[in-house]
Amino acid sequence: MTIVLNGRSCELSEPCTPAAALAELGLEVQARGVAVAVDGEVVPRAEWGSRTLADGARVEVLTAMQGG
Amino acid sequence: MSEAPPATGAAVEDPLVIAGRELRSRLLLGTGGFPSLELLAEAIALSGSELVTVALRRVEASGPSSLIEVLDRAGVQLLPNTAGCHTARDAVLTAKLSREAFATDWIKLEVIGDEDTLLPDAPELLRAAEELVGEGFVVLPYTTDDPVLARRLVDVGCAAVMPLGSPIGSGMGIRNPYNISLIRETVAVPVVLDAGIGTASDATLAMELGCDAVMAASAISRAQDPAAMALAMRRAVEAGRLARGAGRIPRRRYATASTSDEGIAEFS
Repeated sequence: MTIVLNGRSCELSEPCTPAAALAELGLEVQARGVAVAVDGEVVPRAEWGSRTLADGARVEVLTAMQGG
Repeated sequence: MSEAPPATGAAVEDPLVIAGRELRSRLLLGTGGFPSLELLAEAIALSGSELVTVALRRVEASGPSSLIEVLDRAGVQLLPNTAGCHTARDAVLTAKLSREAFATDWIKLEVIGDEDTLLPDAPELLRAAEELVGEGFVVLPYTTDDPVLARRLVDVGCAAVMPLGSPIGSGMGIRNPYNISLIRETVAVPVVLDAGIGTASDATLAMELGCDAVMAASAISRAQDPAAMALAMRRAVEAGRLARGAGRIPRRRYATASTSDEGIAEFS
């Protein structure tokens, strides 16, 4: 299946979760300072391993950057 | 109405209280623009700042940066921002993601309305502030120097207001000191002068006008020597706070002799 991960099209095997998307970016599930949005909604950390992503899901994986 | 701080050295020690949290430093530091994390760490230490902003951006393919570790080591409280958001909807979502990422309810709310000036979009800002307060956030909005908007932001429950001195990164200082002092007289929450600070004297002026704290980012991070400017800002904020408490003399059109004429010699 295909998801859009941080703006890039990305092939992942089903069933796909936010945790799998994190792994694709080289992050561990426990990663601190990281947040995940799927299709414009926050996915709480507790659901990263269980939430199933639909084909074509837009996934944003965000972290702290210098700013402000 | 704000009370003038006590006219003693205690004014420097008098903590800033935002949403029940006491901060000894009245200088908030932005992390944007530092050429390296080492320089950022050095500037944090010299600034004495306890509240430091971070932005939320996509994780890069190279993996996460070590910014969080640097800030943890510095022992500062994170103040996530919604920089780059142009709508209430995006700002609210970014705030919720920040809460998830950094485990803090505090948010520096920015909703930008114009690309050239980066001035806030007032209606979107107010809408986002109200929604986030309702969601339990401690909201510190980056706002214009409009006292009426500041009051409206406090009316919907913002924990502080952060009026701009001039546009972000412009270094033009405080363009409308009158409005900044009006805001101080209008709201009962802390007023943090945000944006436009160019050098130490701007920070001092902000405090002399009655602001409770100053936020600086570019003025420090883009200075030729960020560490030295961080220390300068710290002392400038302390000086302004003390001067405000000490009470300045009134301005006069003509001189008032500081030395009495009594007992003056007559030479001819």
